[in-house]
Amino acid sequence: MVTAPVTSDILEYDEVFAKFDATMEWLARTYVHALNCIHYMHDKYFYERLEMALHDSDILRTMACGIAGLSVAADSLSAIKYAKVHVIRDDRGLAVDYRIEGDFPKYGNADPRVDDIAVNLVSRFMAKIRKHPTYRNATHTQSVLTITSNVVYGKHTGATPDGRRKGEPFAPGANPMHGRDSHGWLASCISVAKLPYADAQDGISYTVSISPSLTQRDSEGGLDNAVKAFDAYFGQGGFHMNLNVLSVDTLKDAMEHPDKYPQLTIRVSGYAVNFVRLTREQQLDVISRTMHTKY
Amino acid sequence: MAETESIEVGSRHDLHVRRSPDAPDTAEYDGREGAYGWLHSFETGSTVDGPGIRITVFMSGCLLRCLYCHNPDTWHLKDGTRIGLEHAVRRLADFAPMLRAMGGGLTISGGEPLVQPAFTRCLFAAAKRMGLHTALDTSGFLGARADDDYLANVDLVLLDIKSGDPDTYRHVTGKELEPTLHFAERLAAARKPVWIRYVLVPGVTDDPSNVGKVARFVAPMKNVEWVEVLPFHQMGSFKWKSLGLDYKLSETAAPTSDQVQRALKIFRDAGCRAR
Repeated sequence: MVTAPVTSDILEYDEVFAKFDATMEWLARTYVHALNCIHYMHDKYFYERLEMALHDSDILRTMACGIAGLSVAADSLSAIKYAKVHVIRDDRGLAVDYRIEGDFPKYGNADPRVDDIAVNLVSRFMAKIRKHPTYRNATHTQSVLTITSNVVYGKHTGATPDGRRKGEPFAPGANPMHGRDSHGWLASCISVAKLPYADAQDGISYTVSISPSLTQRDSEGGLDNAVKAFDAYFGQGGFHMNLNVLSVDTLKDAMEHPDKYPQLTIRVSGYAVNFVRLTREQQLDVISRTMHTKY
Repeated sequence: MAETESIEVGSRHDLHVRRSPDAPDTAEYDGREGAYGWLHSFETGSTVDGPGIRITVFMSGCLLRCLYCHNPDTWHLKDGTRIGLEHAVRRLADFAPMLRAMGGGLTISGGEPLVQPAFTRCLFAAAKRMGLHTALDTSGFLGARADDDYLANVDLVLLDIKSGDPDTYRHVTGKELEPTLHFAERLAAARKPVWIRYVLVPGVTDDPSNVGKVARFVAPMKNVEWVEVLPFHQMGSFKWKSLGLDYKLSETAAPTSDQVQRALKIFRDAGCRAR
């Protein structure tokens, strides 16, 4: 698949979207074919067959693809649509950076103008995946739940039109980009809950960290508020939420004195991880995620 | 560029300056315009501005100049973003189902919401139609602008009595205490639920006799559900510096937990339910 390069100085939404769409088309095909190869080889070398021998009922086979950096893609398209994005090219004519003129709506603020872009990307990519037959007729699924790989992917991705710098981590899972959800966690919840589970049946993960000061008035009230938040989020159509109640100071201290915090566990995209065992880069990523506090 | 109205008023923590140079001067504005208003920002998820989990709208415009103000970029209407009422109501509706599920609602703060009574009146009325709990966060200085009809759509008033002593009040805010006390008495007569707020600033508002005056004033009022002592903090100081304003509290430390406990004791000893 080759689309002609974008040569304009200012990115034009319709042109970029058409080319992005064609690229997704190619990617979906490549993705499913690659997974078919992998599962075929698993079977060939007996791996899955042996495991399946222990099941005594018909099983539902799914084939799970996944999206990383959804918020980066949505914000980039939003920037192109609602602001002016100038392309900075090197002497070979390759885009190496972007300059954004004006403001644009950012995913994570319950703003339909950009949330709809994110929803559309999820459904659109799922539809493309479904076009390709799967090995053993597995049901096509995809996830929006990167855990720590968003750091690695970000490291190998150049600057993006949303203002994310080259090498900067993506947001984890379905999270808004760090610091861009500027209207509090309720607004982020509403944005993430809009993502259609029917088109992401392998899971949609939202990790939210709240400072203990939000709940310090009394711990019972804090627990009550957490229960209310879960009820409201799932009632709104949300799929999954990791709620961490912790302070940045604790995490920073744990980076410097890991021996003091052998059991410090945080939830990241569906998994509980031991904070002091993460790499320094991953620890910094966790800390830089939006921490919701209130004064 | 998009032709839709901008709803990205930005974060509460950003500095908001000269976003509406054509807006009226705050001191001269009578607040009659209901079709649009000037907003600083809004934030969701608050658990401290009324019951449940809430959306808090920060209005632009305030006549007080509190020494400890942590959002001095809310003083002038000209610094706010002009937002149409219809748009604000539509935006509120985006959040209404979640707010209802969390037993929360709408808190209008500022700035001073009563600088723009027509707009905030309509926003409160819209919130009530959506089945939301409503709270007015005010200094009470412009309490006369909230007539009984206005208050009918307000479930709770967060009344910030900044000082019991008129001289200290003048020193802290640049205005008179009397209108706030009068508003408090009106709310008591109307049996409107009230949470009293008292910002504890060491060396400024923490004199026990000053705290005692507020405590004795409030204690007999059966409509007052809570007295909340809010410890002063330095988080707004960067805004004073960025705006080139003379910040007089840069050397003032946040009160210790002992100091907060002492103030709470004064309120409790007078018979108030304080936290």
